[in-house]
Amino acid sequence: MARMMAGIDVGGTFTDLVLLEAAGDGVPARVRVAKTPTTPENQAHGVMRAIGEAGIAPAALDLVLHGTTTTTNAVLERKVAKVGLVTTRGFRDILELGRRTRPAAYGMRGEFEPLVPRERRLEVTERMRVDGQVHIPLDEAEARARILELREMGCESLLIHFLHAYANPAHERRVGEIAAEIWPNGYITLGHELLSEFREYERGTTASINAAVQPILERYLARLRSELADGGYGRDFLVMNGNGGTVASRLVAASAAKTVMSGPASGVKAAAYTARAAGMADVISYDMGGTSTDVALIRGGEPEVSSELQIAYGLPVHLPMIDVKTIGAGGGSIGWIDAGGILKVGPESAGARPGPICYGRGGTRPTVTDANMLLGRLDPEGLLAVDAAVTRGDVEAIFQAELARPLGLSVDAAASAMLTIANTQMAGAIRMVSLARGHDPRDFALFAFGGAGPMHAGALAAEMGLPRVLIPARPGMTNALGCLVADLRQDYVNTVNRPLDEVDFDELGALLADQRARGEAANAEERGEITESDVRHSFDMQFVGQTHILTVAAPEGALTRESLAARFAEAYFERFAVRLPEIRAVLVNANTTVIGYREPVDLAALADPTGRAASLEAAVTSRRPVYFADAWRETPVFSRERLPAGADVAGPAIIEQMDTTIVIEPGTTARLDDIGNIVVDVPLAQPTRRAAE
Amino acid sequence: MTTLDPLTLAVVQNGLQQVCNEMDLAFSRSAFSPVIAEADDRSDGIYHRDSGELIAQGEGGLPVFVGTMQHSTMTIIERIAQGVTAPPEDGDIYIVNDPYLGGTHLMDVRFAMPFYFRGEMFCWLSNTGHWPDTGGAVPGGFSARATEVEQEGLRLPPVKLFKRGEMDAEILAIIQSNIRIADQRIGDIKAQAAALHVGARRLGELLERHGTETVDEAIREMRRRSDKLMRSYIAEIPDGVYESEAIVDSDGVVDAPLVIALTLTVAGDELDFDFSRSSPPCRGPMNSVIATTYSSVYLAIKHIFPDVPISAGVFEPLKIRRPEGTFLDARYPRPVSGCAAEVSQRIAEAVFAALVQAIPDVVTAAPAGTSGNFALGGHDPAKARSYVMYQLTGGGYGGNAQHDGLTNGCSTIGISKAQPVEVLEQYYPVLFRKYALREGSGGAGRRRGGFGLEYEVEILRGEARASFIMDHGRVGPQGALGGGEGARNRIRVIRGDEDYVPPHLSKDQDIEVGPGDRVEVLTPGGGGYGPAFERSPDAVRRDVQRGYYTAEAAERLFAVRLAGDDLAVDEAATRALRADPAAAAS
Repeated sequence: MARMMAGIDVGGTFTDLVLLEAAGDGVPARVRVAKTPTTPENQAHGVMRAIGEAGIAPAALDLVLHGTTTTTNAVLERKVAKVGLVTTRGFRDILELGRRTRPAAYGMRGEFEPLVPRERRLEVTERMRVDGQVHIPLDEAEARARILELREMGCESLLIHFLHAYANPAHERRVGEIAAEIWPNGYITLGHELLSEFREYERGTTASINAAVQPILERYLARLRSELADGGYGRDFLVMNGNGGTVASRLVAASAAKTVMSGPASGVKAAAYTARAAGMADVISYDMGGTSTDVALIRGGEPEVSSELQIAYGLPVHLPMIDVKTIGAGGGSIGWIDAGGILKVGPESAGARPGPICYGRGGTRPTVTDANMLLGRLDPEGLLAVDAAVTRGDVEAIFQAELARPLGLSVDAAASAMLTIANTQMAGAIRMVSLARGHDPRDFALFAFGGAGPMHAGALAAEMGLPRVLIPARPGMTNALGCLVADLRQDYVNTVNRPLDEVDFDELGALLADQRARGEAANAEERGEITESDVRHSFDMQFVGQTHILTVAAPEGALTRESLAARFAEAYFERFAVRLPEIRAVLVNANTTVIGYREPVDLAALADPTGRAASLEAAVTSRRPVYFADAWRETPVFSRERLPAGADVAGPAIIEQMDTTIVIEPGTTARLDDIGNIVVDVPLAQPTRRAAE
Repeated sequence: MTTLDPLTLAVVQNGLQQVCNEMDLAFSRSAFSPVIAEADDRSDGIYHRDSGELIAQGEGGLPVFVGTMQHSTMTIIERIAQGVTAPPEDGDIYIVNDPYLGGTHLMDVRFAMPFYFRGEMFCWLSNTGHWPDTGGAVPGGFSARATEVEQEGLRLPPVKLFKRGEMDAEILAIIQSNIRIADQRIGDIKAQAAALHVGARRLGELLERHGTETVDEAIREMRRRSDKLMRSYIAEIPDGVYESEAIVDSDGVVDAPLVIALTLTVAGDELDFDFSRSSPPCRGPMNSVIATTYSSVYLAIKHIFPDVPISAGVFEPLKIRRPEGTFLDARYPRPVSGCAAEVSQRIAEAVFAALVQAIPDVVTAAPAGTSGNFALGGHDPAKARSYVMYQLTGGGYGGNAQHDGLTNGCSTIGISKAQPVEVLEQYYPVLFRKYALREGSGGAGRRRGGFGLEYEVEILRGEARASFIMDHGRVGPQGALGGGEGARNRIRVIRGDEDYVPPHLSKDQDIEVGPGDRVEVLTPGGGGYGPAFERSPDAVRRDVQRGYYTAEAAERLFAVRLAGDDLAVDEAATRALRADPAAAAS
């Protein structure tokens, strides 16, 4: 029997599964999908239900790859383990003081609670200097007493975080040994172990997130493991990390913080994989959902990674993660008119409850989804049939009262204006994301998924001047696909923080070799899955006096002082168009990524060719009036499953499929590529509006 | 009434905002000075070609620059009209840092570029960046003892640094001969000009798309609408006359408090700010130039109503009487280095204190309100080089109707992050012995103030001099609606067995220190909101459990008695204490 693999992603609302039966014996690869409601109390139930719904027994699965929001939710909802902190005398408040900020530039208010409250943050006598020399020796008896005190308080998880431990971890290690003797479980996080990088607040907060979610993740994985085992699944499963790679479930809890924000990462991973298979290397992934939109940059087929993300205000996670930016605009974003009489969209959202008006769940404010429905972009019959409590007239009446009348527009024009504003705002935000990283967005294709992404992508691409839109075969299953295609991946960061001309390159070589060995050992757990391995080194660098860092890949050939200096100078010039030969370069961090590539997945299997119609005309399921720019047009509606391969669909057109609706704007052309993606070519920006002379 | 359709109006508004945001981004990304690159101490905007009024400003700009650049641009236009400054040509960029010509302090250097579209000037693009040094008596420009502006650094009237696209090498040479670390400034000058060029390119695209007439009309309409928007907010404020005061400890030279006295009149949809009862101009550098005084009022209003866009229309219903004859309208040659970082925050505090009486659900009690500037300049023998370390700190924010004040927030006028201890120890020969939450510093109240910071730093090697420009040493950040004052700023220099406290409490210069000596700074807590006796005893208990206050302070300040090891609330005793406030306070 052919190999069966399941990618399962637990999202906020749905648990998605993509099951791939590999090709074999002349039978092409086949795919099955399932979507079940997420079960927040114990996500394992939803996972098992999804497997059941796909019509397969766990025993028949050869591999499960899993993305979970357990840790993200635990942190955001502050439903975390009770953590105790042992730290350097004089510094117990680092996690609470932060970096002296406020939540927003304007507004002298805000609240912040660290994950470890003050009464559970205890100090011990010890101090390292910046160069790793001991300034004050560790008082071991005191450390033992403090740990016992935290145990008495009922702490489940222990965090040990000392100043300058990245430079010399001896004190943290020694206290870790003492703790191992007396702590009732294995939940002990040493600050430097997860992240050996300077900056005490970021390192400490990252470690506190790890300590706070470790027991919760482990309990969840144990439940899932046992349910899978009860179903006859005989081996370990892989868990998605925020870096877009997977790791064996038995190893993942030790660095539990790495799973935070893995949800959006798997979507980006799938985007990169799919785009690469479609021959596109530079892509902006665009996942528009109900309340927010996630955007990430993919260059040369690789998602950009950042070690400076923040899960919420005051909670930075300085571990390498796929750099996903969230924009507060989605289908639920509300249109309103400010006191000056100007039309605005968002940031307020109707969310899932009460949701858009047309969902009939009690929503009473005009949303982007409602505008799409009124304009025929979304099938009004399909939507309104969900609940007879709301009619099109109800939605129109609210648009009339809240937007059209005050603006002096027709309802159609007001709804259309709302979409234009929403797109302009999203375009602005995406432009800033790409420009901030030194890229011109016009060099990228747009990879659209999520419930609303494919509906807006065409107009958005035109607004931003992007030449092409790519819509995958299963836009609603992108995150689960990301799990399925993810490789095994381990990332390591160690601070060096010395001017390049003072770096000892033998020491650096040893450090990189150690990082590599750790990564290879972790991947070895799953060596059966790995077809090929890759080790990449990179370096975070800056000029003396700067605070921003630039990450550069290792130079080709031998790593020497000269080759690294040249590599940095080139990268700096490429990014900032400045050369600064008179200023010394600093090597801030040395990084290693160890990747174990898995067997490639045949994406063509995602699209089922059996339903394809013989001609384009035969793929039309209906026609309906759709409002584009400033007029209604009778528009053909195609069934995606029935689109013939290689067919060109000229806009205006609507393409519907189970999990999304695709809008093909007038003047653009959509084509089905040979692996089931829809590729929309957007002609170079014609001015959409000329001056109203 | 406009003939513009509402969609075009909203799209143009978004577009102009985007132009400014991209200028902000371009400036920070390519600037070399960490003050700009990391602390975002800069701002970019679009200004009207004839009036100089603000059309749009980047959302990432430093709050203190809300409104200053329009005064700067207005001054340039005026001087061109008078024939004092050469008229603009395509490709020119004017440079100016004169505080009296629409500025803040000398370190905030403004660039103004006339923007031409199809051969005609359409508007001004301007920006401000804080340069690390512009010459003067002390590195960095913040001399606590300056008595005239010449001691504070090089002062440039508006002159063309770029002429028809070419940098003027002679002007550059004059600048470079008068400032410290001159070699790095060329990178910042290029970044500052490049940001304007980014804006020009984007604005050009917007004009291509919509046409100059449409954009012009949209700008007029946006001005009208933002005026209307601001007025709608003001109309909600109960009419009345509200008075407040805020105290600056001293000017750094004469040891006497400076008073900002505000009479705020709310009448219909306008606010009238009268600061005329404030102290006269001072000898030391705590004078404020008029543009900074105006801008401080704007930024306070923006903090209260964060949703209002920053544009000239918003300023229209804010009538600020020019406080002639006071230290808030400094004229040449009064020294002004303290105005942007400190006096501005006291002006904002006066605005908060007046408006919290009128709209108590919206405004907070006073925040810490000082930038906490501690500069340590010395020589590190181990690295054989001189250094200047700046430590800027925050403090507690004021309690408010919704919650307690934030702990260790950024200054009212800033948005930057503090430097980590692990970074400071890397660059400078110092060791922090403590970096902690300052216990007990939050002003008592139904919603208490946030807590300040307490740090103690030891000099490890070499000789050095310590200088301080802070505030709130004499009186703490004020409480609101019966809430208590936040703890005052404290500075102590521990030299051998001697404790030195600056005579002006929060300001001093060139205190000599050597190896083993320590500097201790305690930053202010935020003001409390509402009577402390109304604070929930459970919240007080939690605060004591966390060590924010002692049990003794809980009783004295909040009239809550906690008993036993588990600090249970003694309900009967607490009731009795709260029934007789005099007994509790004794």
